[in-house]
Amino acid sequence: MKKLSARRRHPLAALVVLLLALACTGGLYAVFAPASKAQADETAQSLTIEEGKKLYAVGCASCHGTGGQGTTDGPSLVGVGAAAVDFQVATGRMPAATSQAAQLPKKKAVYTQAEIDQMAAYIASLGAGPAVPTEEQYGPEGADIAKGGELFRNNCAQCHNFTGKGGALTHGKYAPDLEGVDPKHIYQAMLTGPQNMPSFPDGSLSEQNKKDIIAYVKTVNGDETVSPGGLSLGGLGPVSEGLFAWIFGLGGMIAVAAWVAARTAKARKS
Amino acid sequence: MSTTTSTTNPSGADGPGRSRGKAPAGERVADWADGRLGIYSLAKANMRKIFPDHWSFMLGEICLYSFIIIILTGVYLTLFFHPSMNEVVYHGSYVPMQGQLMSEAYKSTLDISFDVRGGLLIRQLHHWAALIFVAGMFVHMMRVFFTGAFRKPREVNWLFGFLLLVLGMFTGFTGYSLPDDLLSGTGIRFTQGAVLSMPIVGTYLSMFIFGGEFPGDDFIARFYSIHILLLPGIMLGLVVAHLILVFYHKHTQFAGPGKTNKNVVGMPLLPVYMAKAGGFFFLVFGVLCVVSAVASINPIWNIGPYRPDMVSTGAQPDWYMGFSEGLIRVMPGWEINFWGHTLVLGVFIPLMIFGLVLGSIALYPFIESWVTGDKREHHILDRPRNAPTRTAFGVAWITLYFLLLVGGGNDLWATHFNLSINAITWFIRIGFFVGPVVAFIVTKRICLGLQRRDKDKVLHGRESGIIKRLPHGEFIEVHEPLSQEQLHTLTAHEQYKPAEIGPLVDENGVERKVKPLEKLRVKLSKGYYGEESQIPKPTVEEYKEITSGHGHH
Amino acid sequence: MSTQETPEEKLPAGQDTAHGAVRVADEKNPFADPGLPPHEPRVQDVDERAAKRSERTVALLFTLSMLATVGFIASFVTIPVDQSVYIFPIGHINALNFALGMTLGIALFAIGAGAVHWARTLMSDQETADERHPIAAPPEVREKVMEDFRQGAKESVIGRRKLIRNTMFGALALVPLSGVVLLRDLGPLPETKLRHTAWKKGKLLVNMNTNEPMRPSDIIVGSLTFAQPEGLDPHEHGFMNEIAKAALMIVRIQPENIKDKRELEWSHEGIVAYSKICTHVGCPISLYEQQTHHALCPCHQSTFDLSDGARVIFGPAGHALPQLRIGVNDEGYLEALGDFEEPVGPSFWERG
Repeated sequence: MKKLSARRRHPLAALVVLLLALACTGGLYAVFAPASKAQADETAQSLTIEEGKKLYAVGCASCHGTGGQGTTDGPSLVGVGAAAVDFQVATGRMPAATSQAAQLPKKKAVYTQAEIDQMAAYIASLGAGPAVPTEEQYGPEGADIAKGGELFRNNCAQCHNFTGKGGALTHGKYAPDLEGVDPKHIYQAMLTGPQNMPSFPDGSLSEQNKKDIIAYVKTVNGDETVSPGGLSLGGLGPVSEGLFAWIFGLGGMIAVAAWVAARTAKARKS
Repeated sequence: MSTTTSTTNPSGADGPGRSRGKAPAGERVADWADGRLGIYSLAKANMRKIFPDHWSFMLGEICLYSFIIIILTGVYLTLFFHPSMNEVVYHGSYVPMQGQLMSEAYKSTLDISFDVRGGLLIRQLHHWAALIFVAGMFVHMMRVFFTGAFRKPREVNWLFGFLLLVLGMFTGFTGYSLPDDLLSGTGIRFTQGAVLSMPIVGTYLSMFIFGGEFPGDDFIARFYSIHILLLPGIMLGLVVAHLILVFYHKHTQFAGPGKTNKNVVGMPLLPVYMAKAGGFFFLVFGVLCVVSAVASINPIWNIGPYRPDMVSTGAQPDWYMGFSEGLIRVMPGWEINFWGHTLVLGVFIPLMIFGLVLGSIALYPFIESWVTGDKREHHILDRPRNAPTRTAFGVAWITLYFLLLVGGGNDLWATHFNLSINAITWFIRIGFFVGPVVAFIVTKRICLGLQRRDKDKVLHGRESGIIKRLPHGEFIEVHEPLSQEQLHTLTAHEQYKPAEIGPLVDENGVERKVKPLEKLRVKLSKGYYGEESQIPKPTVEEYKEITSGHGHH
Repeated sequence: MSTQETPEEKLPAGQDTAHGAVRVADEKNPFADPGLPPHEPRVQDVDERAAKRSERTVALLFTLSMLATVGFIASFVTIPVDQSVYIFPIGHINALNFALGMTLGIALFAIGAGAVHWARTLMSDQETADERHPIAAPPEVREKVMEDFRQGAKESVIGRRKLIRNTMFGALALVPLSGVVLLRDLGPLPETKLRHTAWKKGKLLVNMNTNEPMRPSDIIVGSLTFAQPEGLDPHEHGFMNEIAKAALMIVRIQPENIKDKRELEWSHEGIVAYSKICTHVGCPISLYEQQTHHALCPCHQSTFDLSDGARVIFGPAGHALPQLRIGVNDEGYLEALGDFEEPVGPSFWERG
């Protein structure tokens, strides 16, 4: 973000922006978010928004309203920001088959990333909201894993379990397993609070905090995570451990006991 | 140890007829010991003692051996564990904890897991052995229950076993609380809440247990001495007493040819049982080692150090405390306020039921012996089907227990079977009352069905699977008559007659008042042994009548 | 246990025969006990080659155990304590733990398997019967014991000199009291400790994540923030006890969505501060569902409606979460307007 804004302050940029701004009609300008959206690639941006609007009209408007104002079947999208759109559509939660389910599960995404970006741009144009985070924000560089662990236990573990294996909420809702979730999407989820998850805006959980948390989740809940003791048994704690002890531990011993106590084969079958 | 040998002359060891000096070294050592300890008298009674072979008789051994393994590994762990709640900053080798504040107890557990070679293995062995120890006791107790092995003269040993189960649960609880991790700390917090709920004394008890307000700085050190000294010390004594009684009473056996209430059939302690039981120790130990090598248990590094303001979902106790977790989860939140006091029924009632569920195990043998009025010794085991009411009670109890276990894990069942946590809770609430009743009825019917089948087998023989066509075209299945061994085994069980209320007038013609307790006993006895509760076993007359007509079909 | 004893003749017998007597096959009673079946030899008893095979198997198992122990020591010495390895299908695990556990497991299991195989195939499997004797002593022994006891009791004069007996019972009953009294200093008396927390009028709400005081603008609708009173330091002694009572859960609800009048009054523009400690048994309850405004306790599923005075709508908790009255100070930071008005955490007898 900072690099981008630094480039924006380049002397020539101002000229380009001015020229392009003049070339555009005032009416088109009005649908844009305020001044910060004034960018060098405004035309491209407007085209993106146009494309996004078309996609929206086909795939989303039936529930969220033609202007994103929301209907009885879906909430208003004004002000939810690009981050929310990117999260919901890229994780396949949107478009949803029904609004009646307790919770929308993660699925295969229906749209390509380019299409998602177009829709995100369109929704962002409806009202200011959290932008899609950059790699720099959610990447592992400069993250304090241990601090992330502490923050995770304070803010996240109550729903998502110690290492993000997920957990139950009321009436069939649940906090999903975080394994394999794109760091960008974890960041967006914290930022926007999808479905029943509360949001953790920067005033509550700073950018650095979020980075730390993502680094921790990726360390303790990934494909490469080492489980020193052996099978992690789902990382669910004593319930799965108890089942394992009964079935394999005691079960194995009883099988052995049956062998110890069984009669040895007789020479003559009686 | 054994009074049957106490008549042996204690001075016998020094008596004449022994050639000393020339005997081999081993014998000389034995002589030396006998002169001081009288070991020959003990050995005479026990060296060739007979033990019956049956896989279910080895369940107790699983417990004994896991107990020994727990003690061995536990001693090792005490060498490295620091039972202290002093806060320290972690700088060990586990990266995701670097710089975190934690208690010394938690830190030393991390060190055992990551820096002591083999420390993790011993920790996992200790914990897996503990889970299997209690599970083994549970199954062992079920075996004793369903076969009626708790009857006279073994009621006291049943109580010893019961105490071992309860103490085992609490030793386990104090043990998994020691690492001071976020999960066990949550369990301690629950315990503290339960203590607080006790009327009148709750707050005082809580202050005394924790040395002030929760969590304080004391409970780890206090739990430590309870966990490694007090409870295991009592348990060790009980285990020894339990084993002495097993030797003294001699093992029970299932009915069969040559097996009577006055003998015990099997193989001698030396050498067969020594090799089998001794070998089984190594087998149990080996299985536990492999389990500890391949499966992680209580990965406290994932769980994090305890903070009373943090928590994780899926917060459950180890399995043996799971039914109390279920009780507390499904209980509605009742609370009564009166005269400036609060009665926390929502916590206190589960606490009471917890005691009742366990206590009912302890009492059962005495209830049954009161109902039967039978004061004889019983060494022949019942087949569960031949004691339908007892079996039904047992299954009802287990049903209740497992329903509560499910209730204790309601959040995990919800996420893994896509259910609503509220629906599961309601299911358990209803199941708590309905489940045991249904289980009772169903079990009793199954038992009676099996009894009928046994009777059929005795009277008509075993279905051979061979189909024969009779001259007039009818197909019949040939039934093979049973051998005398099988006939005996299937008819060896006793059948009680329901008790009756005695004459209502005494010998002087004065009307006698029937005490309510006696009425209850008669009622229970009807329930146990009435027509609805057992199928009369075949009599010799019935058998002869049918077999004599066998040739004619 | 029971005063009721069923007379012997009314009790059932297992067989028509007298108890325990082993009977030979009986024409009259086809169900009679035929006695122990004759011993049948095993393969190993009649075939020396089979016996040899068994011997070799047992020896092989014992040798395997020795090798495994050598393997255990070798692993201990050579494998670094922090080395991880991928083992299918277990996953990435600690190499040393796996190697030590497997070698020790094999070493032990092989000893056991060897001993049991030996016992099963080579030791005699002749079944024999031991006689049982009644546990209860014969009447004459019982009589003798009773006599001895009466004699002893008489000689002690305890029955005659009641004063001695009574004072002795008194002394024995009282002496354990010293032990009970000694336990008094296990902890302080409860007094009003459970009624107060670290919150006071004017204490700032500090965000536990950023460790900064909070402005109302930091708390947006749908967000969840945890707060502690200013001045609490995790490094200081006593922090645990304080945070166990003072931890707060801060959420913002549109004022028009707040159903409880007092809740709205005690909030700041819809920002409400509730105790994070469950009123059931004290778990830190914090599963906040932002759309329903329900907070669920992860331990026992008590559910509270944060938009309606945090009343209990499901689960075992007995009363609502205590709310902390908050406002904004001159510098625009959120502050407490006093301590909780009721005890936080689990209920207790004196709570009232």
